[in-house]
Amino acid sequence: MTTVIPAIKTMHRSWRACLFGLLLLAIGMFAAGTAHAQLRVDISGVGATQYPIAIADFSGDPKGQLISEVIRADLTRSGQFRLINATGTALDAESTVDHESWHGRGADYIAYGSVTQAGGQYTVSYRLANVIHKSQMDGVAFNGSEKELRRIAHQIADRIYEKITGVRGVFSTRLAYVVQKNNTHELQIADADGQNPQVMLRSKHSIISPAWSPDGSKLAYVSFESGKPVVYVQTLSTGERFPIANFKGNNSAPAWSPDGQQLAITLSRDGIAQIYTINADGSGLRRVMRSPLIDTEPFYTPDGSGLVFTSDRSGSPQIYRVPVSGGNASRITFNGSYNISPALSPDAKELVYVTRRDGAFRIGLQNMGTGAEQLLTDGPDDESPSFAPNGMQILYSSIQGGRSVLAVVSTDGRVRQTLSTLDGKVREPTWGPFTN
Amino acid sequence: MRSRIVKSLSIAAFAASLAACSSVPLDESQSGSGAGTGAGTSTGQVMDPFNPQSPLAQQRSVYFEFDSYVVPDQYRNVVEMHSSYLSNNGQQRIVIEGNTDARGGAEYNLALGQRRSDAVARMMTLMGVRTDQIETISFGKERPKAHGNTEADYAENRRADIVYQR
Repeated sequence: MTTVIPAIKTMHRSWRACLFGLLLLAIGMFAAGTAHAQLRVDISGVGATQYPIAIADFSGDPKGQLISEVIRADLTRSGQFRLINATGTALDAESTVDHESWHGRGADYIAYGSVTQAGGQYTVSYRLANVIHKSQMDGVAFNGSEKELRRIAHQIADRIYEKITGVRGVFSTRLAYVVQKNNTHELQIADADGQNPQVMLRSKHSIISPAWSPDGSKLAYVSFESGKPVVYVQTLSTGERFPIANFKGNNSAPAWSPDGQQLAITLSRDGIAQIYTINADGSGLRRVMRSPLIDTEPFYTPDGSGLVFTSDRSGSPQIYRVPVSGGNASRITFNGSYNISPALSPDAKELVYVTRRDGAFRIGLQNMGTGAEQLLTDGPDDESPSFAPNGMQILYSSIQGGRSVLAVVSTDGRVRQTLSTLDGKVREPTWGPFTN
Repeated sequence: MRSRIVKSLSIAAFAASLAACSSVPLDESQSGSGAGTGAGTSTGQVMDPFNPQSPLAQQRSVYFEFDSYVVPDQYRNVVEMHSSYLSNNGQQRIVIEGNTDARGGAEYNLALGQRRSDAVARMMTLMGVRTDQIETISFGKERPKAHGNTEADYAENRRADIVYQR
């Protein structure tokens, strides 16, 4: 818990005390407050390829069933797996698998394992077998407390996903988003399955544009608590934070460089919104380019050499690219008259953005090589897209059935899921990086 | 022990600060900083931005057309009135707050709201207000005055407000 109380001893002037008092009223800060409501998950659609897999209940401890359920839910949400019923299967980590029998039931793969507990410490041993090749593909043991069992299950799901698809799993990554209820705004982080939501900041004023540091230890975001948009950086483990950009006018749209050493931000200190870079400690402010019209929403290219950003220099908002060192910007989007909020896939081959078509705000995906565009969603109010760190899915905010939800769509558009809360609006989501 | 004393002191300071907050507007609206030149016009109105009866307090919004950042002709008089007061009261500072309707992305709307507040600021500087008297900011779509989704609600939110700083 961050303690801000000693600071008030230095506040002699009444207006400063007044301001501080209002600030205390306006903001509750939590190193890790637990949010009330979990997010509910709904899934629709299936992937082009679905791997048939059986996940046996892990044996040896009642917690084994929880672990298997988390793994099954993770793999199901990806849309890339078809679960083969393994009810009643008694396998432990040392069992010999009857490959023929599982193949006969329709499985290509089976995961199984056991759980043991001693003095509150759990050991989870897991195995993955290919029943067609009759081979063991993976085997590893994890140790942890009861509270860490979900995380261990996500890590096992990540290993299964990677062993079978060849792509790194994102089940143990996290999401950041803002929940707005009545007049309260909460910056929350949750596991990728929407569980374990934690409140990082609670305020009476808007919070927008959270951005994860590349190592997942910090969030930059825009808070309106001081009466105007100011960019803060907050360390998640301690709750400590500082205003990294609080210049005249607006301060907004933070994005981290891939090495975590600097951020790109949008400032209006020199008039219209323009893009700058600043070191992660708040030093070394530098303007990237001079444009007569709006430049905002910078996003670093994965190699760190360039920025994609939104600008209305052509008369309507479109997405451009410019070297971080400045120079000429080149236009990337040409379809439609409103393309904003760009983000690049981790391999830099795809660009995701919000596009307005016939009055509906939809999520578009453009191939950076060919320029081919695919509209992934129908709207009417889809915003804030970000890629999963493995590039397989896109997280965005959406209005569905009159309710505001977080939604995830696979980059091929085939699999959709929504994460919804029972109360309040969920907005400004962003998918966190790999952290292990 | 020490921390308990600090805590109770700070609670007292906090309470005092709240009390101070609530008393400030009353004190200042009477003695106000609007005693400078510009008070009183041909129509006999009080020109004091901190007096709720004054047109400077009552007419401080400029409304914009959809997708537009040009100050409409019918608001030129409003901008002129504030510019005249600010030119005559060079110590007075204002913040111009730009707002947008709820449609579209939060960040792009922030930049659009900024264009609206800038448009008002530019007009004011052409009318003789010094640039260091004005700060332009934007709330984008974050502080809607009208919360509905009708065209009238949207129009109410496409707005720049002139806010005098004490």
